[in-house]
This record gives sequence, structure tokens and C-alpha cells, in this order.
Amino acid sequence: MNDELRKRITDTIARGRVMLFMKGNPAMPQCGFSAAVVGILKQTGVTFDSYNILADPELREGLKEYSSWPTYPQLYVDGKLVGGADIVRDLHAKGELAPLLSAAQ
Amino acid sequence: MTPDDIRARIRAALPDAEVSVTDTTGGGDHFDATVISSAFAGKGPVERHRLVYAALGDVIIGPSAPIHALALTTETPEEYQRK
Repeated sequence: MNDELRKRITDTIARGRVMLFMKGNPAMPQCGFSAAVVGILKQTGVTFDSYNILADPELREGLKEYSSWPTYPQLYVDGKLVGGADIVRDLHAKGELAPLLSAAQ
Repeated sequence: MTPDDIRARIRAALPDAEVSVTDTTGGGDHFDATVISSAFAGKGPVERHRLVYAALGDVIIGPSAPIHALALTTETPEEYQRK
């Protein structure tokens, strides 16, 4: 990965303290897993930013390599990967997601 | 991809793993897997998933990888028995 792409990735992750890389956007998710994470984040009431990786093929592939994570959605809190749909769902079910997100407020 | 292919790749990297895999759509690209292995001990969910992704390698990593989605449950044998 070149330095320019790496910087674009880190800058994009830093756009929001709670940052969701997803297929589509929160109003119109293009994938059931992305929709599920949007739904959970909305339930927690947290303010979050999102990035539509379908509109940016270069960043879409680069972020997978950067994070050693091959699928979307990917949720970042304070620049750190929290996980994809199943981890977010699991944390939410265990009541651990809201505290993690509110620590980022 | 078939569930057997996925199971074989995970077992090759994590020999003690108990693996069950379901093809959720029947299309060979969306799967649900539960992996039970002592390799997960002391690791958080992100590191556990990364271990499984690394085991699968090019069937999940890369723009033309045949697996599009993999819902994963990862547990140690102790966590599994506690349920």
C-alpha cells in the first residue's frame, strides 16, 4: 500500500470518534450486515459518522489490508477497530457496546 | 466454496478446532461458522476473527475472494462448556 492511500485511510478513520465503514449510507444501506450495525448504533443513540466504501474501490480494498479485516461493515471507535456486524451485535447483546461508545463521546 | 472447504482450511491452521459451518444462502458465498479452539484463549473478539480470516487466506481476502460474508462465533473450549 502506498503512503498516500495509507494516509487517506487514517484520515478517514479519524473523521469521527465513532466511524462506520459500510456498504451504502445509514439512510440506505446496501447490505443486510451494514443495515444491522446502523440499526444497533441508532438504538444506542450515539452520534456516528459513516463512509460508503462502495463509492471508493481503492479505499475499500486498502482498508481491508490496513486493518487485516476482509469484510464490511467495519466499526471504529477512537481510531480502533471494534469489529464487524457479528462482534457489534454480540457486544450489544452483552450490554458492552453502549459503554464502549459513550467512552468515545 | 463449500462448508467442507472452509472447515478444512480452519482445521489446517487451528488443528484443535471444532468447526461447524452453514452456507446461509445456498449460494456458496455467505456462511455462518462457529469455531471452538484453545487458540482463542486470552484474545479479544477482533484478534480471534483475524486468526480465522488468516486461516482462510485468499478465499476471503482480496477483491475477487469467493467468500463475501462470514458470520463468526469464536469460543474457547472452556467458554463453550460454560454455556
